[in-house]
This record gives sequence, C-alpha cells and structure tokens, in this order.
Amino acid sequence: MAVEVKVIKKPGRTVAEQVYLPEIAKGLGFAMGRFFKNTFGPQAKKDIDTVKYPEEKVEYPERFRGIHRLTQRTDGSPRCVACLCCSTACPAQCIYIEPAEYEPDDPRYGYERYPSVFMIDELRCIFCGYCVEACPCDAIRMDTGMHMPPSTSREHFLYDKETLLSIPGRDGSYLTANPRHEPGDETHPGIDRERGH
Amino acid sequence: MTTTFLVVSSLVKVLAILLITVGGFAPVLIWAERRQSAMIQDRLGPSRAAIVLPASAVSFIDRARLPLWRLAALTGIVAIVALVTLTFVAVKGSNPLPISTSSLTASLIAFGVASVVLRAGYGVHTMIVRNGGKIMLIGLLHPVADALKFIFKEDFVPPKADKLLFSAGPIIALIPAIAAFAVIPFASSLHWDYLNQVLPRTGELAGPVVPLQVASINVGILFIFAIASTGIIGAAISGYASDNKYSLLGGIRAASQMVSYEVVLGLTLVPAFMVYASLRLEDMTMWQHDHVWGIFVPPLTLAAVTFFVAAVAETKRVPFDLPEGESELVGGYLTEYSGMKFGMFFMGEFVEVVSLAALASVIFLGGWDVPFLYRSGFEFSLPFVAASYSVPVVHWLVVVIQFVVFLLKIIVLIWFQLMIRWSLPRFRYDQLMSLCWKGLLPISLLNILVVGAFILSGWLDGWVAFFEKLF
Repeated sequence: MAVEVKVIKKPGRTVAEQVYLPEIAKGLGFAMGRFFKNTFGPQAKKDIDTVKYPEEKVEYPERFRGIHRLTQRTDGSPRCVACLCCSTACPAQCIYIEPAEYEPDDPRYGYERYPSVFMIDELRCIFCGYCVEACPCDAIRMDTGMHMPPSTSREHFLYDKETLLSIPGRDGSYLTANPRHEPGDETHPGIDRERGH
Repeated sequence: MTTTFLVVSSLVKVLAILLITVGGFAPVLIWAERRQSAMIQDRLGPSRAAIVLPASAVSFIDRARLPLWRLAALTGIVAIVALVTLTFVAVKGSNPLPISTSSLTASLIAFGVASVVLRAGYGVHTMIVRNGGKIMLIGLLHPVADALKFIFKEDFVPPKADKLLFSAGPIIALIPAIAAFAVIPFASSLHWDYLNQVLPRTGELAGPVVPLQVASINVGILFIFAIASTGIIGAAISGYASDNKYSLLGGIRAASQMVSYEVVLGLTLVPAFMVYASLRLEDMTMWQHDHVWGIFVPPLTLAAVTFFVAAVAETKRVPFDLPEGESELVGGYLTEYSGMKFGMFFMGEFVEVVSLAALASVIFLGGWDVPFLYRSGFEFSLPFVAASYSVPVVHWLVVVIQFVVFLLKIIVLIWFQLMIRWSLPRFRYDQLMSLCWKGLLPISLLNILVVGAFILSGWLDGWVAFFEKLF
C-alpha cells in the first residue's frame, strides 16, 4: 500500500517582497494613514487611547475590589456585630477588631456586640475580598470603586472605624441594598427566648 | 560693495542659520519625532510638560477673557464695515463714507489683524483656564525640559577614557552637521537697492546684491561631502575614547557604515552635476528655476531615490542605526555619554536630518524655487495657449515667499524622514553592507551612464523643452 504524501509548499517570498521597495511603500502608507487620521482627522475619528490621567479618569470595572468601607444602619451606627469572622478569614491579618457590649438598657444588649475599635491596615491588605465573603451581616464591603489615595506616611493607611464608616459605596450610599431587621421591627425574629420578643 | 557690508551681511546670515537649525528645527524636531511616533501608534505623546501659573494669575486671565472677546468682536465689526465699504467702492466707484479709501484699507488691515490677534488671545486664555492654569503648548515645552535636564546632569567621564578625545567627539560630530548649511542657498539673491520695487523678470541690475547663502564657493557640494565625512571622525573617536568594548564596536560600525555610504552618496549625485553642469548649489537651483525640478527629469528621479536612501544611512538613524543598535551594543558609541555631551550628539543627529532635507530639496526639489514665481512676481501661463495671467510682487516679498517655501520643502522632507524612522525595522549589518555595495553602488554607476546617454542623445533638451511648453 502506497503511502500518500501531501506535499506542502514552503511559503517563499514573492518577487514584490524580495524587491523590498513595494513592501516599504506599503508599510509607510499604513503608518502615514494612521498619522493623518490621528493628527488632522476629526475628533470623532481619532483612535487615541491615551488617558490624560489626573484630568480624565477611567471608571474601574463594576466588580473592582477597592478600599473597604463599613456599612451603616439607618441610624448611622455600624452594621458590624464584631463577630471577628472577617479578621479570622483575613489571610494578611490586617483587620484588628475590639468587640464591646451594648449598654444593658439597649435592646440589642445580650443579642449582639459592636466594634469599639475597627482598624484595617490598608498597606497590609492584599485586596483578596475574603473579609467581604466572610461577613454574615454585609457590614464590610469593597464596592467603593476607589483605590487607596496615596499619602506620605504609613500611619495614614491605618483606616479606623470612623474613616471606614465615612466612605460611601459607588452609588453614594452608606447603607447596603440588603435590608436589616432591627430589634423591635415586625420582621425581627426576636432577641432571646427568655425575654420573648 | 564695501567690506563692512559683506561682513555684516555674512554675520547676519550665519546667525540666522544657527537660529533656524540649532535654535529652531532641532528642538522642535525632538518634540516632533516623539509626537509623530505617538500619532502613528494611537498615543498622545509628549504633552504633559507645563508651566503652572499661580491661582491669582489664573483668575486674572479668567477675568480678562470677556473684555478680550468684546474687543475682538468690536475690532472685527470695524474691519467688516471697512471691507464692505471697500467692496462698495470697488463695485460702484463712489465712497459712501467720509473717510478716504487709503485710510479705509489701512483700517481694514489694522483692525482685521487686531481682531484675529485678540480672538487668538481669547482662545489661549480659555485654554489656560480650562487646563487649571497650566500652559502646555501641545508638548513643545518637553524639549525645554530636556535641555534643562541635560545641562544639570552629571557630566560623567569614564575613569580610563581618553579625556581629550572623549570631550572632542561630540563637538566633532555636531559642528560638521551645522557647517553643511554654509553653502545652501535659502532664497534667490537680494537686490539691496530695489527692496520695495517690482523687478523685471530677467536682466542684470546695478547695485549691491546679497546672495542668501553664507558662502558661495565653486566646490559647492564637494564641500558638503568633505564636511559630512568629518562627522565619521566624531563617531569613531568617541567610540574609541570611551574605553568600552560596546562603544568601540559602535564606533567601528559607524565608521565603516558612513565610509561605505559616503561613496554611494557621491556617486548618486554625479548625474545631478552632469545635468546641472555645475557644482555650485545656487547654480543647481537656478537651473531648476529656469527649466524643471530635478526630480521630474527621469534619470534624476532614480538618483533622488538612491540619494535619499544613502543619505538616511549617512545620518545613522533608523532603519540604519546599527552603530547604536541597543539590542546588541547597549548604546554603541553613545554608551558612555551623558548630560550635555549626549545632548550634542542628539542635536547633531537632528541637525543632520535638517541638512539632509535641505540638500535634497536644493538638488532635487528646486530649492527655493516656487512654481510660477519669478523675480517679477507670479506669472501663470496656460499650456499650448498664449493666454497668461500675472501678479506683480515686490522684491522683498518674492524673497520671503521663496524662503518660506524652501522651509516648507525642508519640513516635508523631515516629516518623510521621521515617517521612515518610525515605520521600518532595523537592518542586519550584512544587509546594510550588501544594500550599499551590491544594490545602490551598481545602480548609481549605471545611472551615470544612463544620464550620459540621456544628455548626449539630446533627450534631456527635448524633455526640458517639453516641460517648458507645458508650463
């Protein structure tokens, strides 16, 4: 049985390519086309990709993980209940939380805690987003759409609770889209069985 | 003509040339080269260097905008009224206003210019305010920033380098590039006594004549070759003196490349000497002024192409920049240079680009010759018909138009060189040499024979006569 051989011709150069001048003319023509289009063409037809950075800024993509913010309740207090899930999940160990109890006359007393200190070292943060994943209360988010503003001192990058609470989300809101059922609301499941509400 | 007159006019011409090349073209070219490459590659290029004005100045400029705009509008209205009245006078023959026609013309010019200037000022002010007090001048401040940086940088000399030769290298590279301009005619001769008159188209004129060219010497183009080959020494010496193997290799490459292309450069221009029958650049321009541009004489077209290729190779720029090929030789003979010494090499390279463009336009594109512009002014004549139309122009204006057109030709050729520089990849060294010795050299030798046959057979005269009949 004869073996069938398919001979593929080696791609050679055409005479025009070998002479070199027509190819030079072609290349020059292309470059000149770009030049005239971008220099003298109408503004709409220009293809310039450069962004003049401080004056013009490109929006970050929607799922960009920017600097953190702490979301607020409707009364302005943090939604955070100081469960330490985020600081436990954090691979860079950049979150420091000091939990504290509410006053005994507060309806939330004995049901949840609040962070008296909430500190993120933004220079240590690797922006992995695990804290956001871990948070059961939707209290920490990275939807600000901002990168860290540059600064001259390391201390400026230790963001405390007030700073984190003061950063709005990309939509300008300090709340989140997920509603929260506060103690006393109709929809609230009740604080504890003994006290019965 | 007195000696003082000669000395003063020569000094003025030398200063003007220095101002145009070193002061004008070279810095703008540094900007243009970057900007042009950016435009080809869909980028913006250098545009960030800025003079930042204080806030008080910005608010002052902002407040001055409205008065400027109003003044521009007012002067514009006056100019339009003058224009309308002048048109009325021209059509009807009577003047409706109690102002003489000559003062109307004067006010039209004065107020028109004022209006345009004020409107431009308004535009500039708006731009400054919109940029937040930054004057950016489309990036033209970058060469200034570069120059400042070069001046204040450390002037490093390698410890074991030959100090004298190391410092002499950049000077030897820069001076010949500028010196080549000495024999290039920038416009036709200036008849000093007839500046405000319309000259006759032909004929001799009495009185002092200022040739707009620094030196009118009979060797002409040979002087340029001699000077250009001095530039080889600059590159070779700096490569040798740097005490660096890469520099030495770069210097050797530069020397061999430039010596090889020097040969071709001379041979490609031999056809031009044969046709123009002179070595003087002013005679070459005059021949083209009287007959036809060199590039439209068939064998000279080929000579122009080969000359341009050889001359680009002679300037050691991309695609022929093997002496400084950074992929193999770090920076070639420029490796050890920094600060203003490097700046001088840089400057020399750009001045060479300008002088090459000037030379090519003098020899092949008619130099200062403007189609239909003669010593007496514009004279258009239709082909094969006896009809003609002429616009007389005063002598100084003729010279200025010629000068401006010459600069335009230079700019177009520079633009073309920059286009080549950003479009073509670098040659391999053996390709470079075979292009020179196996490609351009035989072609230019053959071309000499062809031109000889062209002249002896009388086809040249026939071709020229055909062109003269056409225009």
